[in-house]
Amino acid sequence: MATVTRPVATAPENVWATRPPRSLWGDAWRQFRRHRMAMAGLVVFLTLIVASLIGPYVYTVDPNTVDILSAFQGPSAAHPFGTDDVGRDVLARALLGGRISIAVGIAAMLVSILVGAFIGAMSGYFGKADGPLMRLTDMFLALPPLPLLMLIIFLFRDPLRAALGPVAGIFILVVGVIGFLTWMPVARLVRAAFLTLKQRDFVTAARSVGVNDSRLIFAHILPNALSPVLVAATLGVGAAIITESALSFLGLGFPPDEPTWGRLLFDAQSYIDFSPHLAIFPGLLIFLAVISINYIGDGLRDALDPRKTG
Amino acid sequence: MGRYILRRLLISIPTLFVISAVLFTILALAPGDPMAQFALNPEVPPEVRERVKASLGLDQPLHIRYAKWIGGIVTGDFGFSFATRGPVTDLIVQRLPNTLLVLGVAYTISVLIAIPIGIISAVKRYSLFDYGATTLAFVGISVPTFFTGLLLIIVFAVKLKWFPFLYDSRVVVSDLNTLGQQIRQSIMPITVLTLFNAAQLTRYVRAEMLENLPQDYVRTARAKGLHERPVIARHVLRNSLIPVVTLIALGVPTIFTGAIITEQIFAIPGIGHLLVKSIFNTDTPVVLAITFLFAALVVFFNLVADVLYAVLDPRIRYS
Amino acid sequence: MAATLAVSACAQQPSGGGATTAPGTQAPATTTRGAGGELRLVWWQGPTILNPHLSQGTKDYDAARPILEPLAAIGPDGKPVAMLAEEVPTQANGGVSSDGKTVTWKLKKGVKWSDGSDFTADDVVFTHKYMADAATAATTSGNTKNVESVTKVDATTVKVTFKAATVNPYQIFTGPQGMIIQQKQFQDFMGAKAKDAPGNTAPIGTGAYKLTQFKSNDVVTYEINTLYRDASKPYFKTVTLKTTAAADASARAVLQTGDADYAWNLQVPAATLKQMSEGGRGELVTSPSSNVERLLINRADPRAPGDARSEPNTKHPFFSDLNVRKAFAMATNRKAVADAVYAGLTGGPTCNIVEGVPAMTSKNTANMDVCKFDLAQANKLLDDAGWAKGADGIRAKGGVKMEVVFQTTVNAVRQATQAVIKADWEKLGVKVELKSIDAGVFFSSDVANPDTAAKFFADVEMFTNNSSEPDYQVYLANWITDEIPSKAKQWRGGNYERYSNPAYDALFKELTGTMDPAKRAELTIKMNDLLVSDVVVIPVIARTQPTSGKAKDLKGIKPNPWDSDLWNVFEWSK
Repeated sequence: MATVTRPVATAPENVWATRPPRSLWGDAWRQFRRHRMAMAGLVVFLTLIVASLIGPYVYTVDPNTVDILSAFQGPSAAHPFGTDDVGRDVLARALLGGRISIAVGIAAMLVSILVGAFIGAMSGYFGKADGPLMRLTDMFLALPPLPLLMLIIFLFRDPLRAALGPVAGIFILVVGVIGFLTWMPVARLVRAAFLTLKQRDFVTAARSVGVNDSRLIFAHILPNALSPVLVAATLGVGAAIITESALSFLGLGFPPDEPTWGRLLFDAQSYIDFSPHLAIFPGLLIFLAVISINYIGDGLRDALDPRKTG
Repeated sequence: MGRYILRRLLISIPTLFVISAVLFTILALAPGDPMAQFALNPEVPPEVRERVKASLGLDQPLHIRYAKWIGGIVTGDFGFSFATRGPVTDLIVQRLPNTLLVLGVAYTISVLIAIPIGIISAVKRYSLFDYGATTLAFVGISVPTFFTGLLLIIVFAVKLKWFPFLYDSRVVVSDLNTLGQQIRQSIMPITVLTLFNAAQLTRYVRAEMLENLPQDYVRTARAKGLHERPVIARHVLRNSLIPVVTLIALGVPTIFTGAIITEQIFAIPGIGHLLVKSIFNTDTPVVLAITFLFAALVVFFNLVADVLYAVLDPRIRYS
Repeated sequence: MAATLAVSACAQQPSGGGATTAPGTQAPATTTRGAGGELRLVWWQGPTILNPHLSQGTKDYDAARPILEPLAAIGPDGKPVAMLAEEVPTQANGGVSSDGKTVTWKLKKGVKWSDGSDFTADDVVFTHKYMADAATAATTSGNTKNVESVTKVDATTVKVTFKAATVNPYQIFTGPQGMIIQQKQFQDFMGAKAKDAPGNTAPIGTGAYKLTQFKSNDVVTYEINTLYRDASKPYFKTVTLKTTAAADASARAVLQTGDADYAWNLQVPAATLKQMSEGGRGELVTSPSSNVERLLINRADPRAPGDARSEPNTKHPFFSDLNVRKAFAMATNRKAVADAVYAGLTGGPTCNIVEGVPAMTSKNTANMDVCKFDLAQANKLLDDAGWAKGADGIRAKGGVKMEVVFQTTVNAVRQATQAVIKADWEKLGVKVELKSIDAGVFFSSDVANPDTAAKFFADVEMFTNNSSEPDYQVYLANWITDEIPSKAKQWRGGNYERYSNPAYDALFKELTGTMDPAKRAELTIKMNDLLVSDVVVIPVIARTQPTSGKAKDLKGIKPNPWDSDLWNVFEWSK
């Protein structure tokens, strides 16, 4: 099949071309820029990151100042996102919360994707590894998250907190916990893709010209299995942001006054009847983050798709 | 194929044993105390709490407790609940129908919705329909189920009063009237679950379709002059649905985990609700039984997925 | 609402199957048996067992209460109210011996179990035997620990003999833990067989209602016990006790949608409760109680290396100094917490650790320094104690920084309280790290877990405790030296602060030897004042008895901090 003429494989042979040589990433970027929604997603996502990094220095209202007299205020000039149950400024908390939420979302997704893709690839490619690895996946799928989480807190919270402080220590714990509890679907998807792809002609062709296993896996098959992985990745970011709030609720997450988007949304549910702004703003931010990552993923997929480079 | 299935079934047995040991250890080591509610009650002093725990068998060493438990499982006995002091099996049997009803319906509907939406989204990529479906899907993904559930309750049960606020597990469908009652009280939880499941599934269907649309065999089929519709139906769909079928099969056990939050919000006395209550009351035998059954489902449906995969895609060979 | 209409429609029907005799013999509010329809109760913790002696929490006592009865309930004023007893035994009527060692209960005559058999002294004697049996491991067995014997005098008289003279003759067979179970139903199910008793989920009782259906953690339904001794009661034909998802769902059901007539323990942020109760369907039911939300100050060192963490022989780096403790107390704005978090609805500010019974509540604390919110004075105390602010604004002395870990359970109300208190404490130049722990873990007696309240691996912790009876002796024992938990004692004991003061121990000893109520009240107040002025604890909020909600037309509810919400459900009507 024509798939063998992937840019990666053909690039070295392009020495006779009159044009300057094009790199894979250069191509991808050109392709990516043509994708309007992906560019829009990138802009929105970068804005969110910049806002949460620089925002607290520009919008200098303290996120932890309690002002009981101005609790539950709707959005106003003084408090653009309103105030919460003890009068703290929601915008300041949302800006600060973005740091943890975005970082947790992306880091946990990366852990989950990397572990999942690796195990899935090994399992799908090496017949011998398939059985044991898939049984391992079964086991992880079967673990009960809640008691497991409580056990993990019990075992690791204090050492990590002592070593790295309450925020950094918990960050590693949360990212690790979410990552290691969510890689299984990715592994199943990658394995499924591998099982199909490794029988395809281009793989057989590559193998017959002596391409070794690791190159076959990572350079030839994996890029073709990227599509479901990217979907899982974009879904994973949102899920991680929300899971983080559930962890705080169990007492596993960050200190209770450390704002995160998930936490703000979670806390807002008690007041939804009369202070919907407490839920709307963090909810909207999570939505924007997730949907912008999705479009970036969409664009990436197209840009990296070997069959679409023109 | 037959030999493959047989071998996989046989492997499942040791797998389940290993899983059971891991589950048992995690639950035995996880913190919690069935008598925590009485911690500050001077009328239930610590020595009484310890005596009660001993009467529940919690004073015995881990391996003995495991041996007793696994011995019971082999004979179909899941032990007795700390909270009700009755057989765990009774509790599960009592609650299973509620879960199966609400979740089964929700899962079926979400599959039925997600596949066509995913297909149209992929074929008419970047159309208004695609943008709409994508946006909706991401609303479904980024708004947690606890929140959608709460919103539905406030709008439809509290404000509009279309649906009952409290789920009544005593409703037995025997005539049109009770059927209507059952439907009315199931609509909200089913909606929440459907929204969440369908949102995720749509994304996967769309991605798989997109993966197959630009394939050469599609170009070839088009080049042969076939119309767009049969090309999609006969070629793209078939290939795209293979991984989707796997996903659907793999997803069956997860309807039980998805059930946890939904049953919790709507207070539907199902398996997920029982699991959460039991975890918070440290009713370990119930937690163990449910998680073990769940593990068995996972193992079984993974087997089903693999078999389906092999049947649908002749290119795959299992070694 | 359709449901409300249905109820009033039922009210028109003549009562079925029962004696409708002479109304108005009992209470001024005359009711007719079965004149009402369904009484709909919602609890957000689901009952799992109906045998109160194997119960795992209040919810189980509550669900059993319409069926089973104690000899006497504990009334809202803390005094016993006869149920199965003909009258409450006292020294005056000769029921309690002059040495305080024996109590003779006269039982009501002619009482029948709902299966038609007679209720007799044998059932009472058996109930004690069941509770006390070690192998049965009843959760109510603590009530039997001072009891020497329970003997039958005649068919309707029972004598309880205590091991020593007691100030509380009603410590067995009263209140939620004192419900009498039927000998016939339970006699074959003691010890290891206790779990197999069919009666655990279907007890036969003497109460106004009998069980029709029980689904653990879901729903309990009851109907009238036609053999109930008062022919004019109960008013409702049936009772349904439904488990809701959470406290806020219960609140909605009774305050907003009208799906329930009574909702137990609405642990919902006060602002939300306030807003919901404006809906007009229901109203809040509350009464003062002995619940005090307090901050515990650790005297031991939670950062001591290795196994010495929070061991009583270690010394907290700064809380061992009274002036530092005073500064923290004076920087605690209890009024702000009351206004912001409790909205003046579910609790008010207090500086007493003993609350609930006016005669025993101290009036001295109001004038104490430590009870006044004064940040300037608090800062001065710390300056004078040699804790100077560093470049980072955090106070330090001798290389020790004033950093505090402040822990409590996961609960929206508590997290808001933490935020308010932290904001003020940080104004002192103290670094405060908040921590929240799942309640099931926090209150567990799990020796291996680092996050329990008893281990107290933090500097400050917050929770609510109360006295379970209107006498405070058992409650005040929580601060004597013998009650200090340690690793060697497997962290048992209620003195989480590791407070050891010979003066307090002496007062406690005096209390145990005093029988005169006035003198006991005086001692109780003295001990309260000592705990507050020595800043062993910082009382914050006097909480109302768990706030419940009721439909506007529901009558007969008597909120009661000492007994089950359903203690007088036989009197409820519409």
